[in-house]
Amino acid sequence: MFAFAASRLLQAIPVLLTVGLISFALFAFVGDPVTILLGQDHTEAQRLEMVHRLGLDQPFFIQFAYYIWAALHGEFGISYRLAQPVSRLIAERLPATLELASAASILAIAIGVPMGVYTGIHRERWSSRLFMAVSLIGVSLPAFLVGILLILLFAVSLEWLPSFGRGTVVPLTSWWTTGFATWSGVRALILPAVTLGLFQMTLILRLVRAEMLEVLRTDYIRFARARGLTDRSIHFGHALKNTLVPVITIIGLQFGGLVAFSLVTETVFQWPGMGLLLVQSVAVADIPVMSACLLLIALVFLTINLIVDLLYFVVDPRLRASRDP
Amino acid sequence: MSGRAFLDSDVVHAFRQSPAAIASAFVALVLILSGVLAPWLAPHDPTDLATLSLLDSFKPPWPAAKAEWVNLFGTDSQGRDMLSAIMYGMRVSLLVGFCSVAIAVTLGILIGLTAGYLGGAPDTILMRIADVQLTFPAILTALMINGIAGAALPRTMRDSMQVPVIILSIGISLWPGIARTVRGSTLVERDKEYVLAARVIGATSWRIMLRHVLPNVLGPVLVLATLGLGLAVLTEATLSFLGVGLPPTRPSLGTLIRYGNDFLFSGQWWVTIFPGITLVLMVLSINLLGDWLRDALNPRLR
Repeated sequence: MFAFAASRLLQAIPVLLTVGLISFALFAFVGDPVTILLGQDHTEAQRLEMVHRLGLDQPFFIQFAYYIWAALHGEFGISYRLAQPVSRLIAERLPATLELASAASILAIAIGVPMGVYTGIHRERWSSRLFMAVSLIGVSLPAFLVGILLILLFAVSLEWLPSFGRGTVVPLTSWWTTGFATWSGVRALILPAVTLGLFQMTLILRLVRAEMLEVLRTDYIRFARARGLTDRSIHFGHALKNTLVPVITIIGLQFGGLVAFSLVTETVFQWPGMGLLLVQSVAVADIPVMSACLLLIALVFLTINLIVDLLYFVVDPRLRASRDP
Repeated sequence: MSGRAFLDSDVVHAFRQSPAAIASAFVALVLILSGVLAPWLAPHDPTDLATLSLLDSFKPPWPAAKAEWVNLFGTDSQGRDMLSAIMYGMRVSLLVGFCSVAIAVTLGILIGLTAGYLGGAPDTILMRIADVQLTFPAILTALMINGIAGAALPRTMRDSMQVPVIILSIGISLWPGIARTVRGSTLVERDKEYVLAARVIGATSWRIMLRHVLPNVLGPVLVLATLGLGLAVLTEATLSFLGVGLPPTRPSLGTLIRYGNDFLFSGQWWVTIFPGITLVLMVLSINLLGDWLRDALNPRLR
């Protein structure tokens, strides 16, 4: 398993370097930092001195090496739009996105898996058919429309829940603020989390159902019934366990989708997270923030893929037994 | 294939047997036609500022009190007829959708054929790129390409280039899926006897790929192109909703939804809900049609 993890890590490095090259090329070729720093009026001597001080007279790959070195230390320059260090902007916004994404995932798994098991076991009941019909709508509705409809119903018409922001947040460390600690923070989390989690939930529901139908037909389930095990033990101890490999794959890969949809959800609910930061930066071409986000997103995706690969070993004993996967 | 042979084919027969396919094809066709023919069908030209009157603003949709039959879906903040705005918006959405799918299909076919037919190093490199891009969701790729192009273009050209930039960024975000499928089918076709025969009579690689292999891998491409159209329309709507898509001078369905979203709290729900319903109907009918086509073209499922 260690060798497998190591080879996966090695494969990730060229991908990260390529993404790093793209994000550096953004810095190097788009816009003119010297004019931005000196303004329009400057002499040629001033210009040359600034070029030298910024290291812009170095060869391309030396500059790239400096860039990677700085990125490894968490230095991504200063945002054009907000005039603050990019690393601080991201650190301030990251907790909001992580809290939203984890709340949405927990919601999706906690509702999706049991509903999938239920509709898989009782496939003929009308309630199962209702769940499936509702899930079809969940798959087809675009995320931003779900958000708008939820706001229209629960914030505008019923006035039960707030429609934007994080509510009252409590600082945990110097930069991590949490919304979980206050009632208004939790209330503000509900609508965005449902919007973000809905697509995942329906996907998990349909997948678990399909896998359950498949597994319940196999011989070992019939054998378990012949041994006189309880339904409960058969469904959850034997059947559900064997549906988990594809379910984990999809949940893992969809976490990437979650990151992408958080762009949309955060814009609808004006949630002050990474997604909103990225969208606002793209709209005004704020290159330092964009290139930092590009690297960070690539890192997140590669990490998720690695975790998914490693989880196979935990779930599937057959992979652990074979020497080289 | 002649017209008569097409009407007698399996796919047409399967189509007649499936009410879901007929219904979704009908809805898709009505929506596409009303979008394409908007300048002739729409009751009002939303781009013609001279005919707008602020006195007409925020009329509710038809069955409500004070509503007029003329403005079936109500009017927006500037007195624009929503039905006409939606039809013109669909036109823009469909233009972007069709063009970006055309780019994705062209790229996907060329890259997939090359990788599958040549094999070896080109195959490894091209498919590795496709794999890496496939790990990122299409919307993220399109957003990034759009952002980079926006930053690279001079400020004066940004507005006029916005439509081509969006088309290109969505097109590029969609190619890997098509390339992978084309490559897979090409690998199967490559070793068949007709390819060998073509090689024996001295046809060049390009000729064999485009004239002989390509027609045999087009079935799956048609399915992916249909599903891709749904995805492209949705991606464009999402980008426009985020405010990084089409400029307000050429509003698409997504732009209309974004714009209407501002009036949600003051009770003018129709300005955002009707474009939303149109978008869902369009994407849903295209997707159902694509799903059906996938089953109909797959002989194993029959």
